[in-house]
Amino acid sequence: MRQRGSLSRRSLLGALTAASTAVLRPWPALSQGRAVITRPIPSTGETLPVVGLGSWITFNVGDDIVARDVCAEVMRAFFAAGGRMIDSSPMYGSSQKVIGYGLGKLDRPPGVFSADKVWISPGSRGAGQIEASRRYWGVPRFDLLQVHNLLAWEEHLRTLRAMKAAGQLRYIGITTSEGRRHREVEQIMRTQPLDFVQVTYNILDREVEDRILPLARERGIGVIVNRPFREGELIRRMTRHPLPAWAAEIDCANWAQFLLKFIVSHPAVTCAIPATTRVDHVRENMGAAHDRLPDASMRARMIAHVEKL
Amino acid sequence: MSEWWTYSLSDFLLFSPRIYYRLFELYNADIWPLQILALALGAAIFGLLLSGVIWRGRAIAAVLAACWLWVAWAYLLQRYDTINWAASYFAVGFAAEAMLIAWSGIIRDRLGFRSGTEAAGRMGGCIFLFALVVYPLIGPLVGRAWAQAEVFGVAPDPTAIATLGILVAAYRPHWSLLVIPLIWCAISAATLWTMQSPEAMVVAVAAALALVVAAWKSLARDQRASRAET
Repeated sequence: MRQRGSLSRRSLLGALTAASTAVLRPWPALSQGRAVITRPIPSTGETLPVVGLGSWITFNVGDDIVARDVCAEVMRAFFAAGGRMIDSSPMYGSSQKVIGYGLGKLDRPPGVFSADKVWISPGSRGAGQIEASRRYWGVPRFDLLQVHNLLAWEEHLRTLRAMKAAGQLRYIGITTSEGRRHREVEQIMRTQPLDFVQVTYNILDREVEDRILPLARERGIGVIVNRPFREGELIRRMTRHPLPAWAAEIDCANWAQFLLKFIVSHPAVTCAIPATTRVDHVRENMGAAHDRLPDASMRARMIAHVEKL
Repeated sequence: MSEWWTYSLSDFLLFSPRIYYRLFELYNADIWPLQILALALGAAIFGLLLSGVIWRGRAIAAVLAACWLWVAWAYLLQRYDTINWAASYFAVGFAAEAMLIAWSGIIRDRLGFRSGTEAAGRMGGCIFLFALVVYPLIGPLVGRAWAQAEVFGVAPDPTAIATLGILVAAYRPHWSLLVIPLIWCAISAATLWTMQSPEAMVVAVAAALALVVAAWKSLARDQRASRAET
């Protein structure tokens, strides 16, 4: 992915300084005695913990009851740590059914923020797919539905807007990943009423800092960040090196928290959604939603350090 | 799909290797001891290949068609479909191959074999034996559990490779029957490659070998035909 230029970096640093303290709010519920950091959804002000839970690959375990129970335990640990947003898609194989299984096993914990996607063409088949997804989750309605990878987005956004107007849905959005179709994403962000946009953003893939994240702030659109660890590649790369001692200044105990705190400290980001199959990893991830976040100068230091490794 | 060039193979991998092989483990447990019957049928096919009985083509085609149909229903539709939404399309392909083998080999009796020492025939027999005997051992040899072994007749990869071996061993190449096993091997090799599984190279090499031998056989047959005309 392309790196952002120095001019936009300077402007970003300025924005960060101004915004980093203003937008971060503690989640009323305490996790392990510590407040969970939350961000407001720009269109409503409703707050969400800055770390959510993705389900790409990790929750696609089919009918394997042992693996399903492991996923349910991951969800239990996620909710226990103060997490709320779970994200999935019809594209992710059995993930939706596995989330529904987990929610059922955990007696439908309150406060779950259900985020799913519509991914079908032609767009006229969207409503049927959304209803099937809702049944898999076992929820009365979704909190957020996104048009996955902009597939048939015009028709799907019409459907989602109608559902939102009818009270069958609370938020709508669009998604892309790995830097694809950013021009089109920008165009849609400029012209369509959206609550969320989902993009790839991590300490090495920062293209969205140039235009999409500033545009999201300008237009009052929440940002969900996918692939925060590049599907685990960043964690594997970083864990070959010791965590720098100065990471303690932002309360990072491990590389996962280091990488996540970098992402969620961007003022435009509402929530990052790392995926995992392990309870210890979900606890590590949720640790990034606590205590101090990096300021602009620390973010620059984090980038410089990781780029050297 | 726009910007298709920005996608890599890993973007299409929907599941982890752990879950992929767990699927075989649960499947094997569910159908046990059908694997024994499948291996016995495979041994019977090899015995028929070596024999000179006049009905061997029909018998081999019947067993192969049944295996492809079983894999389509029991593995692809009932199991693989739970983690890969493309599995139902693969199942259609496997069912179509079963029909093609039944049509060509049983109804039209076109699956003929020439007894003797023809190199291509021996190569086909070797590919078949490899799929029957060696392929199920690869997983355990690289550290996976025996319970996850992929067996001819019930798992797609050894079934496809074994079928390629039989088709290569046949008296004349059957391109219409070769297409689907070759396509499956390409899809499976790509999936296994993305999962960094050692079987990726095995499936790819077996399919490439079968393709080369079949092409060589077709070429030699055409040359013989043109010489006969002159």
